[in-house]
This record gives sequence, C-alpha cells and structure tokens, in this order.
Amino acid sequence: MAKKKGWKEIPIGGLIDKGGTAKEYNTGSWRTFKPIVDQSKCINCLQCWIYCPDSSVIVKDGKMEGFDYEHCKGCGICASICPVKCIKMERE
Amino acid sequence: MCEHLPREMHKNGKRIVETEVKMATQKLVPLTGDQAVAEAMRQIEPDVVAAYPITPQTEIVMNFSQFVADGKVQTELIPVESEHSAMSACVGSAAAGARTMTATSANGLALMWEIVYIAASTRLPIVMPVVNRALSGPINIHCDHSDTMGARDSGWLQVFSESAQEAYENTIVAIRIAEHKKILLPCMVCQDGFITSHAVEGIELFPDDKVKKFIGEYTIEHSLLDMDNPVTYGPIDLQDFYFEHKRQQAEAMKGALTIIPEVLAEFNKTFNRNHDLLEEYKLSDADIAIVATSSTAGTVKATIDELRKQGMKVGLLKPRFFRPFPKERFVKSLSNIKAIAVLDRSDSFSAQGGPWFSEIKAALYESKKQPLITNYIFGLGGRDIFPENIKKVYSDLEAIKKAGKVKSLVNYLGVRD
Ligand code: SF4
Ligand code: SF4
Repeated sequence: MAKKKGWKEIPIGGLIDKGGTAKEYNTGSWRTFKPIVDQSKCINCLQCWIYCPDSSVIVKDGKMEGFDYEHCKGCGICASICPVKCIKMERE
Repeated sequence: MCEHLPREMHKNGKRIVETEVKMATQKLVPLTGDQAVAEAMRQIEPDVVAAYPITPQTEIVMNFSQFVADGKVQTELIPVESEHSAMSACVGSAAAGARTMTATSANGLALMWEIVYIAASTRLPIVMPVVNRALSGPINIHCDHSDTMGARDSGWLQVFSESAQEAYENTIVAIRIAEHKKILLPCMVCQDGFITSHAVEGIELFPDDKVKKFIGEYTIEHSLLDMDNPVTYGPIDLQDFYFEHKRQQAEAMKGALTIIPEVLAEFNKTFNRNHDLLEEYKLSDADIAIVATSSTAGTVKATIDELRKQGMKVGLLKPRFFRPFPKERFVKSLSNIKAIAVLDRSDSFSAQGGPWFSEIKAALYESKKQPLITNYIFGLGGRDIFPENIKKVYSDLEAIKKAGKVKSLVNYLGVRD
C-alpha cells in the first residue's frame, strides 16, 4: 500500500477536496463473508442491487453481473433478499 | 483623540473664551459594550448571523436584529431554538463560504460545546463575541471567566477586552485574524458581562467604509455549495488521519502568534491604534506587578496611578490574547519583575490555581530569572473588585519581595472567610 500523506500534505480541517473518493476506500477488506451468485438461477429481478447498502452489486444492461468485491462489506443483505436464493455467503 | 481648542467669542459685548471639544476623527457615541459590539457587527455586515439570546449577551443580538429589521444590513439572520443550533447553523454557513458570526455567554456557550470544537477543527473562521458570565451552578448571570476559560482547549482564538471600545475594535480585527489564510480558526471576542457589556461608555466608532475596506471580502477556497467542485466537510476521520488534522490545527495556532501582530499592525496603522498581543502599563521600571485582563485591568491601572504617587514601583501586564498564548512575550515582560501576582477571574479546580496562573507560571519556567509568582482568584459570579483589593495584592507583593519567597501560592481575593 502507498505511504499515507503527512499533515503538511493533506487539506486542512478534514476536508475532502473532491467528490467520489469513497471509491478509493477499500471497504472490501472489512468482509468476513463473501457473497457468491449462481448466475444460472438468477432471474435478474435486481432486488439485490436495490438493497445493497454499498452499491456493490454490478448491473449491466438490466442484468445482474456479480459483485464489486473492493467495496462489498459482506453484510449478506443481498443473499437474504434474493427471492430465488441464488446468492450464498462464503467465509473468506 | 480629543483636542481642546480655545475659541474667542463676543456675546452681549463681553469677550468670552470658550473651550470647544473637537474630535479629531469621529464623535464619541454613548454605547454599552453590547451595543458597541452590535455596531461592529453592523459595520462588518456578515453574510450570516445565527444566534440565540442569553444574558448578558442579549443586547448584542437584540440590537443586531434591529439593524436587520431596519434594512441597515443585508445579513441573513437565523433565529434558532438553542445555542447548539446556533453554532451548528454557523458551521454550515461558514462551510458554504459565508462570513459568519454569532454571540453567546456562559451556559449558552456550554450548550454549543460539541459544535464549538467542530467549528475549530473544521477550520471555519466564525467570529463570536462572548460576554463573559459565570457558568452555572449555582446559577448566576454576572461576570467571571469560567465560560470561555472552559473553552480554552477547543481550538478557538480568544481575545479579551478591557473596555467597550476594545470589545468593538477587537470584534473588527478578529474578522481579519480568523479569516487569515494561514490561520483559519474561529475567534471568541470576550468582554466582561455587565461591567462593560451594560455600562455606557463614550465610543469612537470608525467610519463604516473604513471598516468595510479593512475587513475586505471573504472568499473561501472550497465552498460546500460549489456544485461544480464538490467537497466534503466533516467526514469521519479515524486512526489514519485524525491525528494529522489535529497536528495542522496546533500549527495554525502556533503560526497565529506571528500573524496576529502583523494584522494588528495593519489595524493600528489604519485606525490609529496601539493593539498588541499584550499591553504593559508602567511595567518597565516596576519591581512588583499584577497580571490582569479585561475590565479588571482598568481598575488596576487606576490603582497603579495612585500608588505610583506614593512612590511604589508597581506595574501591570494586561494580556489580550489567551489563545494563542504569547509565551515568549510573557517571559520578556515579566522576567525582570521581582514579584508577580496573576489575577484569575475563574478557578480551574486543579488545586494549583487558575488558568492564567498555570500557563504564565509554566511559561516562566523557561526564563533564566524565575520571578516570585502568586495567584489570586477573584470576582467569581460577579463579585466586585475594588482598588482596595488591588492595593492589598500590591502590599502582599511587597511582603513577598522582602521575604524573597511566596508563602501562599493560590489565594482567594474578596471572598468571605
Ligand atoms: S436478487 Fe437474486 S435473483 Fe434478483 S438479481 Fe439479485 S441475485 Fe439475481
Ligand atoms: S453482501 Fe452486502 S455489501 Fe456485499 S453485495 Fe451483498 S448486500 Fe452488498
């Protein structure tokens, strides 16, 4: 990992001087359980995408395409909400 | 300030010599300390004022609200439901880039406590006149410094005013100090509750345009409302960066010690004044000295004049800024004094004296000559301090000087045994 900046190099007062920086923060490292989708059973209802509190369900052209593991915290909400139970939580 | 110009006139055939009082610049206006601060706020015309009234600050907000109602200022006045909300609104408005002010006293300051720290650590240059009043309990509405002294570690700049005139001037210069790009810290402008806040003084108001020109426009580098360049204020700041932000804050406060005198010099030049981090009164040749701030400094000065006539070599050091703490200046001013009494209008309940005393004593540790020093806690809850009390302190100091030692380190002046 890159060396963190010192006090002389960062904006004052805790300010974050640009938008969208949460992207650079790897919350995926907090995870204990990892969601795994069985795409063959998925009906693309996108309930998991709606409920994911970390915007970590990847959807393209209306289709569920897996997870952003850099940011998924492994909360298991997607697995719990999935109507066809095609997401399972696996220990990391 | 005043010139007495003799003028010859003829009335009913008689020659009369009159003395006319002419002001070199402006006329004196009779104002209370609160009204004087409200006038400063009118001239500053902040973008936003969010405030809640509390005795003895009430008159500031009341008078300023009148200026808003009368259309004399374009300020957005936010009448909030508590001081916690007042400071919260100030934080939001200052983060948006608005020049922001509020005012408070005692329990009001206590109620905004959480946000007082947030304002400083978010580096928002809010200027807040504080009319010093005893902090409850027992509940009391009169002057002491327990309110702002409690906030001494909050990261705010703190300046104390001897008179209504000083409170007025400090309010104006505080804007420039707080907003200085290398400081960016909020500032409390303190004056003594009722003693100066409610007593009428002849105030010399500076011309509006001159004040406006001196304070200039305020521009923030990162506005919370700049949608094209979005920023985040007040994010969670954990083990990995919180310490760095605190380190920056400490550096800003330290740097303020060199920047404040520069801003004061500009103020002095513009308004023909003589402000400094601290003020010496008949100190250079003094043997014994009192350190006292705010209105008490005035009482000490009058007492000194009297005692000097009796041949006593007595002096005063009146600190103006408590935050930042001008350590080196204290060392310089006090090292050659034989015995010093520090007057504190609050107790820190540390069992080793009040806040001024503790810090001045610590500063003098670095002096090669360590003068004898003692502490008097006085005036709590608005207990009056009289020239007789001051004389008692000077006579104690004479005894300390003669004995070459301090018998009692912390003393309570004016309390009944
Ligand atoms: S909730 Fe289940 S079925 Fe619906 S999109 Fe997500 S994984 Fe597919
Ligand atoms: S486990 Fe939680 S964080 Fe991860 S994808 Fe599912 S809902 Fe989102």
